[in-house]
Amino acid sequence: MNLWEAVRTALNSLSANKFRSFLTMLGVIIGVGSVVAMTSIGEGASSQVTAQISTLGSNLLTVSPGRTRGLPGMAFGSRGAANLLTYRHYTLLQAAGLPGISATLAEASSRAVLRFGKANTTTTVVGTTPSYPSMRDFPVALGRFFSNYDLERMTRVVVLGNTVAQDLFGDARPALGQVIRVGNVDFTVIGVMEPKALGGRDLGDQVFVPLTTAEKRLTGSQYVQSITVQATSPAMTSLVADELNRFFLLQLKDPEKFTVTNQQDILDTIQGVTGTLTLLLAGITGISLLVGGIGIMNIMLVSVTERTREIGIRKAVGARRRDVLIQFMVESATLSLLGGLVGLAGGAAASRIIARFSGWATVLSVQAVVAALVVSIGVGLFFGIYPAQRASRLDPIEALRYE
Amino acid sequence: MQPVIEVQDLTRVYYAGTVPVPALRGVSFTVEPGEFVAIMGPSGSGKSSLMNILGCLDTPSSGSYRLEGREISSLSDDQRAAIRNRRIGFVFQTFNLLPRLTALQNVELPMQYAGVPRSRRTALAKEALASVGLSGRLHHRPNQLSGGQAQRVAIARALVNDPAIVLADEPTGNLDTRSGEEIMAIFQSLHRRGKTIVLVTHEPDIARHGQRILHFRDGLLVQDERVAQPVDARDVLERLTEPAAPVNAEGVSAAR
Repeated sequence: MNLWEAVRTALNSLSANKFRSFLTMLGVIIGVGSVVAMTSIGEGASSQVTAQISTLGSNLLTVSPGRTRGLPGMAFGSRGAANLLTYRHYTLLQAAGLPGISATLAEASSRAVLRFGKANTTTTVVGTTPSYPSMRDFPVALGRFFSNYDLERMTRVVVLGNTVAQDLFGDARPALGQVIRVGNVDFTVIGVMEPKALGGRDLGDQVFVPLTTAEKRLTGSQYVQSITVQATSPAMTSLVADELNRFFLLQLKDPEKFTVTNQQDILDTIQGVTGTLTLLLAGITGISLLVGGIGIMNIMLVSVTERTREIGIRKAVGARRRDVLIQFMVESATLSLLGGLVGLAGGAAASRIIARFSGWATVLSVQAVVAALVVSIGVGLFFGIYPAQRASRLDPIEALRYE
Repeated sequence: MQPVIEVQDLTRVYYAGTVPVPALRGVSFTVEPGEFVAIMGPSGSGKSSLMNILGCLDTPSSGSYRLEGREISSLSDDQRAAIRNRRIGFVFQTFNLLPRLTALQNVELPMQYAGVPRSRRTALAKEALASVGLSGRLHHRPNQLSGGQAQRVAIARALVNDPAIVLADEPTGNLDTRSGEEIMAIFQSLHRRGKTIVLVTHEPDIARHGQRILHFRDGLLVQDERVAQPVDARDVLERLTEPAAPVNAEGVSAAR
């Protein structure tokens, strides 16, 4: 008997007890379905986080004051004084001309009230340096960003986020060239940024001024929150990290006073975490596959007993042990594979639905599909072995006599 | 000519726990090609044990059984399965058809295990069903057939791999007189065409359809009887169809 005939025979036997076959498949359906749903959601979440981090700019290393605990780069719980890095460090770092660094950026943000005529809004004022748009992958839509000239001369120019521009000027009036009040100081609008969001946070709700102007006119503080450099290539990032550590150790005399974080580390960490979570979820739901497999074994054992006479007849007309073994193995594998297919469809549908309602992108990978089907056939074969062996070892005389 | 069946000092002992229970206690006989032999005896005479051994479903405890000159007692499970498949055709009292398969599929079953290609299998199965007069019932399931029809499907199944012997175990036991006689007519026509048939029964009137009766008692062959004038099933059927013939003729008393 060839395999196709064996499958036909199996389908024929399974259709004899449709409801029972369905119930037996349910374990595998739920198992495969949840594994598929979980992994597609996990992979979707992971790729989304990765994409979001990439929107921050690429090959970036950040120097922040104090010591950060916990995950690298996740700046919760900075310990030690925050007021350590200054604009001077930025200029020194630029002057040092360390190899492998293509651009440098310093940032100090504060909150301020912006006014134009009767309109006003409270927003974040970022004092920064001219390389910001290119390093943060956050281009200017209208006008221009400020230049080194502005930085050196501490000019009172401001570049608005698109949301702030909308709040102050609406659609009707052009923002460029207008003078607005930031706190108590007049600034001339020289540009408006492209719209941008990061993980649901609107990056258009902030304005940018030269760091030096912010120090002198707005905050009166000389300290910056972070200095960020861009490495020339991903391969250079660890070398640049070493250079930064050396440079700031020389400047600040204490390794406890600053932290260098590599964007790649953050990315790796997050991917590691989501990967582990996905694996964990898949593992837990995989247990239901095990339960499903046991269910199949149970029903196959019942089926072998019920069909003792059939086995006797088949043996009497010439079925060898192997023929009977194959028949029952194919039957349990078919049962399990059908369950796997239904589960796959269900899991894919579930991940679609979750994607629609949560807004997460879900990814149904080819590997997940292939793995689900291979695993379900495997479960069927593995848990089919014992019942099939029982069937194949039946004594034909006893089996024929069985009522 | 080489005998089809050659049995020498055959014994079969079962164990009830550790107590040996002999079912066959040294049996010897031969069956020549083309013979129609009936094996008779009361329950417990060992005829079922003998049937199981002749059908290669069981192996003897001692002694030798040669089928077409080949010693069977030493063969493995799978080798015996192959012999059951190709050299032996079984007909059982309870028909033993697979209930979920059609008549045609049931007849195809032995050929499936013999590896006969599908198209050829179907053709041969149709031919076999036609030879037992069931061309019109190819796609009926066993429960849609009468007992006599079901037994004819079983006979078609037994014949389809062209076996060396047809072994029939009480083939008329579950049938009414008329259907039983029809089945016997089929066996006799097979016999006339040269098939070797071994039939187990406890009904003398059925046994008399054969040329030779082996009488068994308590695990021993007690009498090897030649039947001078075998009953012809066709005559009996003819008498059964006569309208005013209540229970009196010899063929009718075969109904137990």
